[in-house]
Amino acid sequence: MGRPPRAFATSPPPTPPACRWGDGRTLTRRLLPPNSPPTMADAAALHASRRLRLTQPLALDSGQQLDGVEIAYETYGELNADKSNAILVCHALTGDQYLASDHPITGKPGWWVRMVGPGKPIDTSRFHVICANVIGSCIGSTGPASPAADGKPYAMRFPVITVRDMVRGLVGLLDGLGIAQLHAVVGGSMGGMQALSLAANFPDRIRSALVIASSARHSAQNIAFHEVGRQAIMADPEWRGGDYYGTGKGPEKGLAVARMAAHITYLSEEGMHEKFGRKLQDRDAKTFGFDADFQIESYLRHQGLSFTDRFDANSYLYITRAMDYFDLAEEHGGLLANAFAQSKARFCLVSFDTDWLYPTAESRSIVHALNASGAAVSFVELSAPFGHDSFLLDVPALDRVVAGFLGA
Amino acid sequence: MSPLRADLAIIADNIAPGGRVLDVGCGDGALMAALRDARGVDARGMEIDPANVELCVARGLSVIQGDADSDLSEYPDASFDYAILSQTLQTTMRPDRVLEQLLRIGRKAFVSFPNFAHWRVRLSLLWGGRMPVTRLLPVAWYATPNIHHVTVDDFRALLDERGIRVEQAWFLNGDRETSAAAANFRAEHAVFLLSRND
Repeated sequence: MGRPPRAFATSPPPTPPACRWGDGRTLTRRLLPPNSPPTMADAAALHASRRLRLTQPLALDSGQQLDGVEIAYETYGELNADKSNAILVCHALTGDQYLASDHPITGKPGWWVRMVGPGKPIDTSRFHVICANVIGSCIGSTGPASPAADGKPYAMRFPVITVRDMVRGLVGLLDGLGIAQLHAVVGGSMGGMQALSLAANFPDRIRSALVIASSARHSAQNIAFHEVGRQAIMADPEWRGGDYYGTGKGPEKGLAVARMAAHITYLSEEGMHEKFGRKLQDRDAKTFGFDADFQIESYLRHQGLSFTDRFDANSYLYITRAMDYFDLAEEHGGLLANAFAQSKARFCLVSFDTDWLYPTAESRSIVHALNASGAAVSFVELSAPFGHDSFLLDVPALDRVVAGFLGA
Repeated sequence: MSPLRADLAIIADNIAPGGRVLDVGCGDGALMAALRDARGVDARGMEIDPANVELCVARGLSVIQGDADSDLSEYPDASFDYAILSQTLQTTMRPDRVLEQLLRIGRKAFVSFPNFAHWRVRLSLLWGGRMPVTRLLPVAWYATPNIHHVTVDDFRALLDERGIRVEQAWFLNGDRETSAAAANFRAEHAVFLLSRND
């Protein structure tokens, strides 16, 4: 979920101090006093993304409403004259709109650059591909780090949002872009939840939906792992009840631990064993201490630390909460088939045999519901060694399914 | 596109245009594509091999990876005009239960299978004393997916026992249709169109 581990660094590379959250809260620059010194990362973040301000307040599932919502987005490929070739890609928990272009903070290539581009499975020479940062996140769209009406960051005053609220924001973006109906909505993990929610709640807006490694509801185990992450953040004294913006510090240790725990759930036991085994990190023997003796420890610490450079802890709280609240059947009278009663879209669901976070059974229950509602649905369980993260990694069979489904 | 296998061609020719069809064990989707393109049929499929599912998806077909023995229960009653099971019955764990499922899901069902009482098979056993390896049964006994060999007469007996009506039957020798007379001896392959008696 989020960014794939691109290459395993045996020793974590040094982090450029300019883009540490604690050193300037790069992604919330616009909230800081104008005399704060700008950084390279700031400039890039401010100019890299397009942003649309919704004209209407967003009515939320909680009963609250969110005013002045901004949605940051990127597009790839040309929109055709009748606006019929748009594909919306929905990102995962810690993902962002930088689908196929470099991330301005990390400098890394887009998170799905292997899937999206000219001649690639999501072919930008044929489709106009849109990817937007979800509300509640921190990469340009309105979230807990954004200013509330009083000009100060919302922090924990930000309303608790749901996956359906995120989708309402995305629909607001589509309205703003004048796109009445998408050729397809595509998403993996939390992105798949958004795709399902869009199909269920805005059936006229899509002609097809591709849902990868996802689920129609969060299981007790899913919620449990998220709660570990949230408690790690909240237990960090620097969290300060969420009011850490502008202090120059933040709950980086807690956020890193949350990411470490979550990262384990994105990998398969088999894949982890193959990559790391019990190998030691830059040493010949155990140190009889609590340093990162094992490669897996070093790897997780690196994943945790580097995550804090690009992600806001409060956003992590809000988005994991939204995922935990997700239960598409519950939203539709307790019967999942009801969720798709109005849908005329084609569906394709893909799961991976080593994904224990959103296992095949979850996809199957969605397929069952789609069958019951008579929808045109395809489903395939692909074999891949990378666990939940398989949807982001090199799985040629996935490329073929994506290209085949979108191109058909 | 290559022409349809003989049993599939018979099925395709006998399906009313514009209906809803579930092809169980649809393979690479050849029959589904033909039904969709030539007869405007809303075809859905189930297939156990993920590589075949990929091919189907790339053809724009709606196919679910699944197992006829366990996953047909997911479909609602009478949700299709026809359920099709071609050359798959003899590979299932419980052919009788699969047959019941087909007629629960579809108002009618096409079932095709290789006839184990064909004279070549009989001769092979009689003279060779060995399990036959023929054109339609090409794999040795220990590796064959055909775990429930069935003859035309066995199948008819099962239909009688379960109160299933034969609407029509076709018998094939090679790719050519042969008469129903002495089909249990002369037909290599059988195609049945079935419905419930009630």
